[in-house]
Amino acid sequence: MKAVLILAVKSAWARRLTLGVTLCAIALASALLLAVERVRHDARQSFTQAVAGVDLVVGARSGSVQLMLHAVFHSGSATHNIRWESFAAIATHPAVDWAVPLSLGDSHRGFPVLGTTADYFERFRYADQRPLAFAGGQPFTTVFETVLGSAVAAELGYRVGDRITLTHGMETLGPEHADKFFAVVGVLAPTGTPVDRTVHVSLEAITALHLDWVGGAPLPGLTIPAEHVRKFDLHAKEITAALIGLKNRTEVFRLQRHINSYRGEPLMAVMPGVALDELWQTLGMIEQTLLAMSALVVVVGLAGLLATLLASLNERRRELAILRALGASPRDLFLMLTAEGLLVTTLGVVLGCGLLAGGSFFFAPLLQAHFGIILQWRMFAASEWALLAAILATGLLASLVPGWRAWRMSLADGLTPRN
Amino acid sequence: MADGAIQIRDLLFRWPRQPAPCLDIPELNIAAGEHVFLHGPSGSGKSTLLGLLGGVALPERGEIVLLGQPLTRLSGHARDRLRADSIGFLFQQFNLLPWLSAIDNVLLPCTFSARRKTRAGNARETAARLLTHLDLAAESWHKPAAELSVGQQQRVAAARALIGRPEILIADEPTSALDAPRQQIFVDLLLTEATAAGAALLFVSHDERLAAHFARKITLADINRAGVPAS
Repeated sequence: MKAVLILAVKSAWARRLTLGVTLCAIALASALLLAVERVRHDARQSFTQAVAGVDLVVGARSGSVQLMLHAVFHSGSATHNIRWESFAAIATHPAVDWAVPLSLGDSHRGFPVLGTTADYFERFRYADQRPLAFAGGQPFTTVFETVLGSAVAAELGYRVGDRITLTHGMETLGPEHADKFFAVVGVLAPTGTPVDRTVHVSLEAITALHLDWVGGAPLPGLTIPAEHVRKFDLHAKEITAALIGLKNRTEVFRLQRHINSYRGEPLMAVMPGVALDELWQTLGMIEQTLLAMSALVVVVGLAGLLATLLASLNERRRELAILRALGASPRDLFLMLTAEGLLVTTLGVVLGCGLLAGGSFFFAPLLQAHFGIILQWRMFAASEWALLAAILATGLLASLVPGWRAWRMSLADGLTPRN
Repeated sequence: MADGAIQIRDLLFRWPRQPAPCLDIPELNIAAGEHVFLHGPSGSGKSTLLGLLGGVALPERGEIVLLGQPLTRLSGHARDRLRADSIGFLFQQFNLLPWLSAIDNVLLPCTFSARRKTRAGNARETAARLLTHLDLAAESWHKPAAELSVGQQQRVAAARALIGRPEILIADEPTSALDAPRQQIFVDLLLTEATAAGAALLFVSHDERLAAHFARKITLADINRAGVPAS
């Protein structure tokens, strides 16, 4: 049997060009299927990891998913801001342990800028209740200071002591707040959450940047130099959203009701877990469709393998007759053909895994920047192993067909192949 | 029964869905070590007979005994074993696996038969010796079979049939791809090697000129009562 397998490998090597093309098709198809599954899996993972210890996210009334995506993942945009008075009223509610205001809208070279208070660094939790840690420096204390997420610092090569300017809006080429420099006073340790890609400044800084701006453009003829901004009242009048922690988590529904029926302006409070569940439900259909389509691509790849093997079988009829004359049993020939198909499938899947690894290496930063999805550099998850096994099983099934044909052929041909 | 190489009794073979039998051979005996020329034009049922002797097809009735073993009563697996162990086949042309080297082609029977592997001793040396005997220059041994000339390929095929000293050699038109002078040389070479190995040789050909080399000549039409089948 071992001898037959060695012959199968040698024979396959002799036809390496056609089999190589088939192998590449299988590799690409498996890589696609695995990538879809990995992005799906890691999207859930990274979204779930990104918020911990936050009981409610509060913002202007919109969709709960939209509010979550904007406040926590800094993607999309808020329809409205909420007034500072509303935030103050909620923050002082007896059930509230802590409240951190968030103000979004500016960016630095594509990285979102988050205006908040120094409390943020104390209160924010991710993954399994881990707090933020500083890789270097400290939280900001004055207006023109900033704390960078680890990825911002790493990708742009910033260190504590550097000076940066911010851009109005999320466009990389948007109007620049060119006259106001921020000193980098701290760099956070990596968290694997959107925090890594965020530029943190104080709420006062956001107000200061927009003193001489109206409706997204600098006021013509009016510039307020950085050294003069302190003369103005820099207290934020509006914020985008707020993160709330409760003294007692059982109060969450009561407070949520309270906020949702707040009379000052239309607000909404969402529980992160509930909002994420809603998101998964919305995405579920799309995920299933994508998975089904990639599975179909794998089936097409394996159908290509089947076609290649069946086509080669006719050319190899004489080869099979020779082996038969040398004493090979029909079973040997069945084994030889099936092994060839399985070999090509296995190598294809292995190459596919390599493509996936290489692909995630190249596309991980892109996915993280645009969608907040963090691709993990890791071994396969259970669902991915299941997919691999399914591909191999389907490959085996496809390989049984030429094996069976070779068996039938060898019985019909005997020692003299009919062409 | 004496220890014949091949014994056939009352053999009847009919292709599926054919009314007339293709082979009806009352008796054929070939002794151990005997060299026999079997004459038959193409379409006379030669290939069918060789398939039956090789155990890849079974007759409708009758008995085929190879080296004292009743082939017709063995299982498919046992027939494959017997063929691998005891018969060296040599065909008209395209005998070799084109993607293996000449010497690896010669060694193939040793991968299918432990017995022939044992009998070949140091298989690589034996293969080299056989190829040398058959006048194949050493620089061709490691070339892929597809790069050899037809004459060289037939000599490699002969070495393959001989390795591990099978008791029976069956050659089916092995010289038809060669030109006349080379045919004579090849038949002589084959006879010499068969004698040296002590193997029975059944040489099947439509070309009666080659019969001169053989002590015994049989015409298939004479022993086959079925006559020429419609094919």
